[in-house]
This record gives sequence, structure tokens and C-alpha cells, in this order.
Amino acid sequence: MAERVDTDHCAGDGGSSRRARRRPGPAAGVATATGHVALVGSPNAGKTTLFNALSGLRAKTANYPGVTVSRREADVDLGGHVVTLVDLPGTYSLEPISPDEQIVVDALHGRVPGIDAPDALVVVADATTLERSLLLLAEVLQLGLPTCLVVTMIDEVVARGGSIDVDRLGVALGLPVVGVVGHRGVGVETVRQLLTDPGSWDRPALTPPGSGLARSAWVDSVLRSAITPLQPDRRTRRADAVLLHPVWGTLVFVVVMLAFFQSTFVFAAPAMDAIGTFFDWLGQSVVDALPGVFGQLIGEGIIAGVGSVLVFLPQILLLFLIVALLEKVGYMARAAFLADRVMGRFGLEGRSFVSMLSSFACAIPGIMSTRTIPSDRRRMATMMAAPLMTCSARLPVYTLLIAAFVPDEPVVGPLRAQGLVLFGLYVLGAVSGLVYAALFSARRGAGAAVPFTMELPPYRLPTVRAVLRTMWDAAWAFLRKAGTIILAASIVLWMLLHLPVVEPPPGLSEAEATSYQMENSIAGRIGTGLEPVFAPLGFNWQINVALLGSLAAREVFVSTLALTTASDSEDALPERLQTLERPDGTPLFDAPTVAALLVFFVYALQCLSTVAVLRRETNSWRWPLFAMGSMFVLAYTAALVAHTITAAVT
Amino acid sequence: MRLSEVPVGTAAVVRSVRPGTHGEGRRLEDVGFVVGTRIRVERRAPLGDPTIFEVRGTRLALRRSGADLVEVEPVATADPVPPDLAAALADTPTADVGDGADG
Repeated sequence: MAERVDTDHCAGDGGSSRRARRRPGPAAGVATATGHVALVGSPNAGKTTLFNALSGLRAKTANYPGVTVSRREADVDLGGHVVTLVDLPGTYSLEPISPDEQIVVDALHGRVPGIDAPDALVVVADATTLERSLLLLAEVLQLGLPTCLVVTMIDEVVARGGSIDVDRLGVALGLPVVGVVGHRGVGVETVRQLLTDPGSWDRPALTPPGSGLARSAWVDSVLRSAITPLQPDRRTRRADAVLLHPVWGTLVFVVVMLAFFQSTFVFAAPAMDAIGTFFDWLGQSVVDALPGVFGQLIGEGIIAGVGSVLVFLPQILLLFLIVALLEKVGYMARAAFLADRVMGRFGLEGRSFVSMLSSFACAIPGIMSTRTIPSDRRRMATMMAAPLMTCSARLPVYTLLIAAFVPDEPVVGPLRAQGLVLFGLYVLGAVSGLVYAALFSARRGAGAAVPFTMELPPYRLPTVRAVLRTMWDAAWAFLRKAGTIILAASIVLWMLLHLPVVEPPPGLSEAEATSYQMENSIAGRIGTGLEPVFAPLGFNWQINVALLGSLAAREVFVSTLALTTASDSEDALPERLQTLERPDGTPLFDAPTVAALLVFFVYALQCLSTVAVLRRETNSWRWPLFAMGSMFVLAYTAALVAHTITAAVT
Repeated sequence: MRLSEVPVGTAAVVRSVRPGTHGEGRRLEDVGFVVGTRIRVERRAPLGDPTIFEVRGTRLALRRSGADLVEVEPVATADPVPPDLAAALADTPTADVGDGADG
């Protein structure tokens, strides 16, 4: 069992396993207690499943220095022997053409600073695509390291009428070969035994040819000796005949997407209300129980702030349940296939579509899911566009403003004005994101050495566990990032809004006294100072302060606006907003201001968590700062345009 | 003939893979478009691009720009799969890959 996973090589004392650095020659015996073993294999070969099965822990990831490639590592205790297991990025070849493939080659040669060269290699191959994996194996064997082959998805070969003789494969290759069914743990113990003594592994008598026709011939001869042909997956073909059909396929695609978005409103909304009510109650209880500033900080600052994030959990969980299900079944690859042509027009690709779909729940897991995009250029463009998708956090802001200021009247047939405005905001965000990606991609120029290739896996019935785990991983990424950053931001924001403490003039109601306090706090003064900047958009200090709050997370806008406008509660906020007036007696929230505010939220990158995850995934501050800056300029300009146009037509 | 010109439902054998302006051809070889490999053109996306190819037991989607780099020779019989799998398929009509009428 693994006791520890290091996400960062510098962390901790490192343990004995990585002090002894070995550079084994071709014949070096590595029959010692410690060593480094690397997992090599093409994408989707089952490397990570094997890694998890061996380490007993879920892989933790960090980036390799300087690139956007994540790495996983775990110390595996094999009953006294501790082996450091490294899960290298998936690669098709050791002649690198992309950053992640370069990392594999560098890591194998010990050229990555702080990471030792492996003493032995485990090549992981998907039995259903063994031919391709053997091409890679031939290249790996050129390194002269002890190598064993782990063949995954044996069960699928059998299910498709083929057979594979692992022992004969081992004889033909001259290597130890183990068949595993990773998710059931079959064969994992054999691999574990092997890892205790890589020095004793069989080696091929002759190193096979590493390239060209000779390599193909070698692969063919090996295959003939050990594998009988698979039946083509007829279920998959029949399903694709419908799901990729020009008419039916498109129809299913549209229905799936509609269901995806509709589920948010139908199923997630009640749970969100319940959680929101709970945190309101909890925060108020704390304020009542702990009188004074301390109670307010905990009740109104921390609990309300963190609660405002947890409210999104039902929606995030639901959307990611759907995404995980579609992904595991194999439909996401089909959706990507159908969408690729359109996405290609914007410098993106089919898989970008999947990432953007996730970003409608939350941009954080959406950005993380771009790791599956092999082309660095298209991956960057996808990441930069993700924050413009209408994420869950924008919804409370939209809902508040639309409920308060868009009349609930029919427009055309069953379509009503409120729903149309909300739909329009979603479309505006999505279209803007695509255009933004296209401009970004065009400016970064050529250098796309990675052509578009995408595998369409057979349809599979996933296990409940696998789906739930994928869902939870995405949701956890949201929770952890959002939870930590929002916790800190809530405290800071609460202090800015409540310090310095001022004595309100007598005769004010409690809500008015709060508003007075806000106006004279640090944040209030900043908001007032910003009035000249935002006056063209119609925003006053109350809106500006709420915008400041929304820098931490968009939904904080609503709770902050409730404070600055001296609303008795968030529920009373829509009515309160309708009564607010400017000094000259005109309504504060006139149509141009509401339009400007809505459009501002479409574009502005008001989410510290997204900035943090962009920073991590691109490994630099350049792109998150660029995204934040450019999207604020975009937000201001678009809001000004919206304000001007609305003012002209009303 | 370029792989991008091979009609859907027919097969071809790879003769050469051009490197491409930025070395794209290399990646195509890595994923299985190797000289001598039989490829079946399985299906185009509703908008005409990309196309699914069956190659070495897997199904891969390539854009036209990628398939343009692969020089192929059409093979007379429309084998549904590469040669090593063809025998097992002798009794499987290719028609069920058709137009979705059976779904």
C-alpha cells in the first residue's frame, strides 16, 4: 500500500527511495530495495487505472517544471521494497512533437530537474489496440532498460470474440507480460511481484527495430503469435449508425444538450434553495449566539461567504454527473466528433466543446479537462475561452436582475421575456467565448505540429463507481479551490466592508445603519472613488462595492448588494432594488444600467478561483492576467455599448 | 490518391505519409497510419469533416488536413477491417454500418 503521494518533488524529506540515484547501464542489475519505475503508454491505455491499483491511492497531480503537463508519482511499498512509481503522460511515440511527449522523453532520460531517471519501465498497452502499443514498445526497448509489458482490457478482447495469449506474447517479445483487468484488480498482484526485482526480468535476445517498415514487420510477427482477431464491436457500429447520423445524430445531440442545461433548473434549483436557506439560518444563528464583531465576522463573513459557494454544489454535482456519464459511456467523443467542424472555425477542436460544456457548470473543472487536448495551441485557446461560458455563479446575478427588472410577459408563443433574456445571455457568453478563442488562436499564430486525431472508443457501460469518482473529482476541484479562496476573500471583504467602525447618525433603521456603515467603510470609499469610472455605465457606489465583492466570486455580488442597499434580506432584494433612486430622483436601476450590469457579468472574469487554476494549468501568470485584463476591458466596453443602445431605444 | 479522397465505406492501403509543414505526419504514423496499413473509411461527420477511419483495430477521427498527408492506394474489395481482421468478418455484411435505418 502506498503511504504517501508527493505532488511536489521538493516536498517532504523525499525518503530514501530518491536519494540513491541510479544510472543503470544496459546490463545493470537493480535487484535492490529501492528504485524508480515509470509507467509508459499511449493515452487511454489504462496507465492511470493501473497506477491507482498499484499505489492504492488516487493519483495526485502536479505540473512538470515549465510546461502545462501534469505528473503523478507515488511511493509503493512492496513489502519492504519501496519503489517510486511515476505515471508519465500518455504518449504515442518517443520522438516528441508535443510538450507532453517531450516530457516523457526527458523523464525517461533523467533530464527533468529533480526527477531521477527510471531504473525500469512498465509499458501499459490496451489489448484492443495492441498493434499501436507495440509500435511504442519497440521504441521503448531501444532505451535498454528492464521493461515489462502490462496488457489491459483483456476482458474486452474476450467480449469481442478475440483471444490473447499472454504467455506466448511474453515469449515472442522476450519480456515479462502480465494481463490485468485494472478496475477489478486482476493481475495487479503479479505486477506488484514483478516490481520487487526488475533486475531479474527477461530481456529480448535482440532489440527489435525501433522505426520504419522493419518495426511494422516485427509488430505483425509478434501479433500473429499471440492474438486472434477481434470481432468488430457491432454494438458500437450500430449505435454510431444512429448517433453519428446526419439527421438522427444531430437530433440526439441537440436533445442531450437541452437536457444538460434544463436539468440545472429542474432538478438542481430546489436543492440549491435548501442549502441557501440552511446557510442563511446558520449564519444568523451564529450572529445571534455570538454578539459583537466576532460573531458578525463568522456569521456574515465566513459562513455566508462559504455558503454562497456551497449553494452551487447540487448544480455542479448534477452537471458533472451528466458529463461523467456521457464521458464514460463514450458519447462525449461522439459529441466532440460532431462539433469539431464548427469548433475548428474558431481555432478550437471537438474536445474543446466538451471542456466548454463543463464550463457551463464551473470554469475550473472545464479548464482542467483541457488536459485531454493534445495540441498546445488549441488547448490554450480553449482555456482562455472557458471563463466566458455562463457558469453557475453568474446565475444568481442574472436571476436577481431579471426577476426584478424584466417583465414576466409573453413575447412569442410560449416564450416569455424573462426566459428569452436569460437564454440570450447564455448565447452571448458562448458566442463571445468562441470569437475570443478565435482571436486568441490567430494571434498566437501557427506552430500546430499536432494534427487533430481523436479516438472514438467503443461504447461501454461504465461502473457506477467510475462515474461517481469522475463526478466527484470535478466537483472536488471546484470545492477545494473555491472553498479556500472564497474563505479568505470572504474574510477580507467583510473587513473592508466593516472597517473602520463608524457611529451611524441616530434614527436610522438597522438596515439603513448597515448601509451607512458600508458607505463609510474602506470598500465604500473605494466604491465611491470608482464612481467616475463606472458612471458611464450607470453604476453608483452601491453597485461598485458589490462589484468589488464579486471579484472574489461572482455570486458574492448578490449578498454584497443586499448589504450596501440596506435591504432587509436577500429575498427582499428585488423589490428593494426597484425603489432605489439616484440623487436626482430617477430610478437607480433604469433599463440602461440593468443592461450594462448584465452584459458586464457576461464578460468580466470575476473569479479568483479561475485565475488561480489558469495560473496553475498554464504555469505562468501571463495568461491569467491577460485573460483578466482583456475580459475586463471587454466587459466595460460591451457594458457601455449596451448602456448606450438601451438608452437610445427606451 | 490521398486518404481524404477515399470514399466512405471503402478501404485503402497507406503508401506514404508526408511530413507536413510542422511535422504533423509524424503523429499520424504514431497513431497507426503506417506504410502498409489497411485503412477503412468509416464515416464522415454530418458537416463533412472530420472523418472516422478504422485503423489497426481502433477508430480514429482525422480532419481533412490530416488525411491529406496520407498517400494511399485504394484496394479493390471494400474490406470492412484491416486484413488481419478480415477473416473473422467474412460473414458480417458491411451494410449494417449504413444509414441508421436499423436503429
